[in-house]
Amino acid sequence: MMNCQQVTRLLSDAQERQLSLKERAALKVHTMMCSGCRNFGKQMSTLRKLTHEYAKGTQGEKNHEGTADNDDDRRD
Amino acid sequence: MDIEQTSDTETEDSNNINLTDPVYLKELRVLMLKFATQQLRDEALAEDAVQEALIGALKNAGSFNRHSAMKTWVFAILKNKIADVLRKRQRTVEASHLLRDNEDGENLDELFNSKGFWQVDERPAAWSQPMESVKNDHFWRVFETCLSGLPENQSRLFMMREFIELDSAEICEKLSITTSNLHVMLYRARLRLRECLENHWFSEGEKP
Repeated sequence: MMNCQQVTRLLSDAQERQLSLKERAALKVHTMMCSGCRNFGKQMSTLRKLTHEYAKGTQGEKNHEGTADNDDDRRD
Repeated sequence: MDIEQTSDTETEDSNNINLTDPVYLKELRVLMLKFATQQLRDEALAEDAVQEALIGALKNAGSFNRHSAMKTWVFAILKNKIADVLRKRQRTVEASHLLRDNEDGENLDELFNSKGFWQVDERPAAWSQPMESVKNDHFWRVFETCLSGLPENQSRLFMMREFIELDSAEICEKLSITTSNLHVMLYRARLRLRECLENHWFSEGEKP
């Protein structure tokens, strides 16, 4: 059985490539029993989503603008 | 900020508010330059990319009535400029540099025990409603601090992949590194970033 170090590596790789059937099966078995790796797996896609939000510039909003909350002001 | 945009039907002049606010422009430029330099590893190229992005943004400045929209737009342009430069550039010889970073990369023993299972106090916890954090300024400060705490090469590759959104193959080709080298670097970056966000944000619960 794969250990957590191998499983987390695969969970990160899953963001980069299609995993093989065998790899996915091994992940499934491991994450069923291991909450740490299960959480890690969810966090991989969260990290990607957060970084995309960061790229969208969401973070600058309150620093420079107190009130606006609609996102519709870019008209191009 | 005491400059307020009251209506988007005002004259073009008042819509150009963002780029005529010198304090804001300066701040923005510093951020852009820092990012472009990290990605391109060349100050002159970074200057050019930032300059072009700002000029591109100026042409459209009339379309904005909020700083955040401006920042979004300028960084989107900059992202594309950087991607262009990276794509056009000849392969760079830095594989050895990246490999070295990889080889003496940090010890994963702190996270995993000798059998490769999580150390008890390092086991990832569940993050409750993580996407709610995007609305919180403090979260983004933690996020930036965690990013800048990554080893230089890890942070650069992570941003190239996730922020500029080049695909794995493109990154490997441009930097002359192997896929497995890139993947292991991204893995390390994600391990660290995840841990940092959990320790400094998610485990403390969401801030008001």
